[in-house]
Amino acid sequence: MSERILYAAAGMGQKLQGDALVAKDGFSARYDLDRLRGIFSRPQHKLAGQSYVGKVLVLDAAKGGVATAWMLYEMKSRGIVPAALVLNAVNPIMVQGAAFAGFTMLSGFAVDITAAIPNDATVDIDPTAERPFIRIVASSSP
Amino acid sequence: MRLTEEEKAMRAGELGPAVQWAINHQIKVGSYLGAADFVPVVQAHIMADTESLGEAGVQWLERMAGLPAKQRQVRIPTITDPRGTDFAAAARLKQQRWMVDLERRAIAAFEALGILMTDTCINYQTIMPPVRGEHCAYGDTGVVIYSNSVCGARSNFEGGPSALSAGLTGRTPRYGYHLDERRKATLLVETTYTPRELNEWGALGGIVGRLAGDYWQVPAITGLARIPTSDEMKHFGAALASYGSVALFHMEGITPEAQRLSDVMPSGASVPKHKVGENDLRAFIDAYSNGIDKVDVVVFSAPQLSLVEMRDVAELLNGRTVNIPLFAVTSPQVKADADRMGLTARIEKAGGSVLSGMCFYQSYAREMAEANGWSALATNSAKITNILGGYGYRPILMSMERCIDAACASGKIAS
Repeated sequence: MSERILYAAAGMGQKLQGDALVAKDGFSARYDLDRLRGIFSRPQHKLAGQSYVGKVLVLDAAKGGVATAWMLYEMKSRGIVPAALVLNAVNPIMVQGAAFAGFTMLSGFAVDITAAIPNDATVDIDPTAERPFIRIVASSSP
Repeated sequence: MRLTEEEKAMRAGELGPAVQWAINHQIKVGSYLGAADFVPVVQAHIMADTESLGEAGVQWLERMAGLPAKQRQVRIPTITDPRGTDFAAAARLKQQRWMVDLERRAIAAFEALGILMTDTCINYQTIMPPVRGEHCAYGDTGVVIYSNSVCGARSNFEGGPSALSAGLTGRTPRYGYHLDERRKATLLVETTYTPRELNEWGALGGIVGRLAGDYWQVPAITGLARIPTSDEMKHFGAALASYGSVALFHMEGITPEAQRLSDVMPSGASVPKHKVGENDLRAFIDAYSNGIDKVDVVVFSAPQLSLVEMRDVAELLNGRTVNIPLFAVTSPQVKADADRMGLTARIEKAGGSVLSGMCFYQSYAREMAEANGWSALATNSAKITNILGGYGYRPILMSMERCIDAACASGKIAS
């Protein structure tokens, strides 16, 4: 498929490449994850049972409470952590958590990012660019 | 972000490395979220249970606490959210030694920073409610939404690192709900049913939260037949914040910024409109029943119970005996009053347990479930119902009365 770049309103963290894990659902470290096993654990979550470790998570909105602000740092310290978060909408907690942990994150797109990025696509992320972006490098989807 | 001379000095490290770290963290956050400058805050409230912090977070706090005394003190009143244990009950809960040790280390570090260990998520009921228009840096979603909506204060969700930063610098980036323009309603919810029980208020909050969908939405509620009590507002707001990540709501004619709907709805503004009725509440509550006819444990928590709720639990347990674990979780401030007034003794005489200074879901809920063999859990808190599924529980949302009936019937739920 042709290369596609989607620009974000804001970004932080480092440039990286990874495989996307995509769902039209929210993200909260406390509510949604089994942080010891590195899987989505809330039964109602669209990624329930799937591993998030090393993935570029492409999700709809930051949800839930304030715990994520500490938890990203704790998850990163153990290496049981996603590679990056790409969200349509953030809340302050996700920004605070990413800032504290030195975590890579993009948010705010002109399109629904969960519809624009195919699941399992290989993506480049550059939050350091003047216009932070996510680029689809390879995808099995047409 | 525009910085004052004092803020530039903080950034340059002239007030020490703790303040320097704090202002740099705040600048990162503020820049991401479009803050033009900082706003002074009068209080900070830190969520920092050790299940969230982990070993890495506690070590980070200990490094901060190891700085010279003059360089590590918070400069505004800074208080804490519930801890991860009640030390007096840790063994009964089958919490492990390492959890308790981690809590002790975290508390020692916070105390070294000059933080007041209030250990409560109902500080607006028990410590010092904010005044309308006050800018705060609160770190519990239930605290933020109540303070913003019911008190008319101004706070964003401030996670632990950011609330600590605010404590150290005495300010926070000016974005989100510190700004007038962010406090207008973005959706309108007309309710044709006024909830009666706390679990129903939570259910209404959960429904509105799902409709709102994200942090930047501000629902305005119309149609309520009466003014909710503080505890009803507490359960409504906590669930709204939990299900929707929402930090501010208005209730027409009730909350201070919405005495008239037009106060929060600019004339000619077009916002999404929704209607919620009794059937919607029933469906929300029933969705959690999911064939559960027997529970292993009953929990009243999230938010911590007020003195009035503690009295209600004691009254409902009068002359009865629970035969599965029942926990009434409250703040250290309420616990002292409950002890003095005999409420704790009445609850414990019936076989229940009163826990203080913790919150059930912030206390290694998964490990407690595994150690105690708990799966099905009854509660009247919609917030905890939303959270505990991810921790491996099967939660059911019922009234306080039905929860206690179940606790006194070996967990069996009356149909």
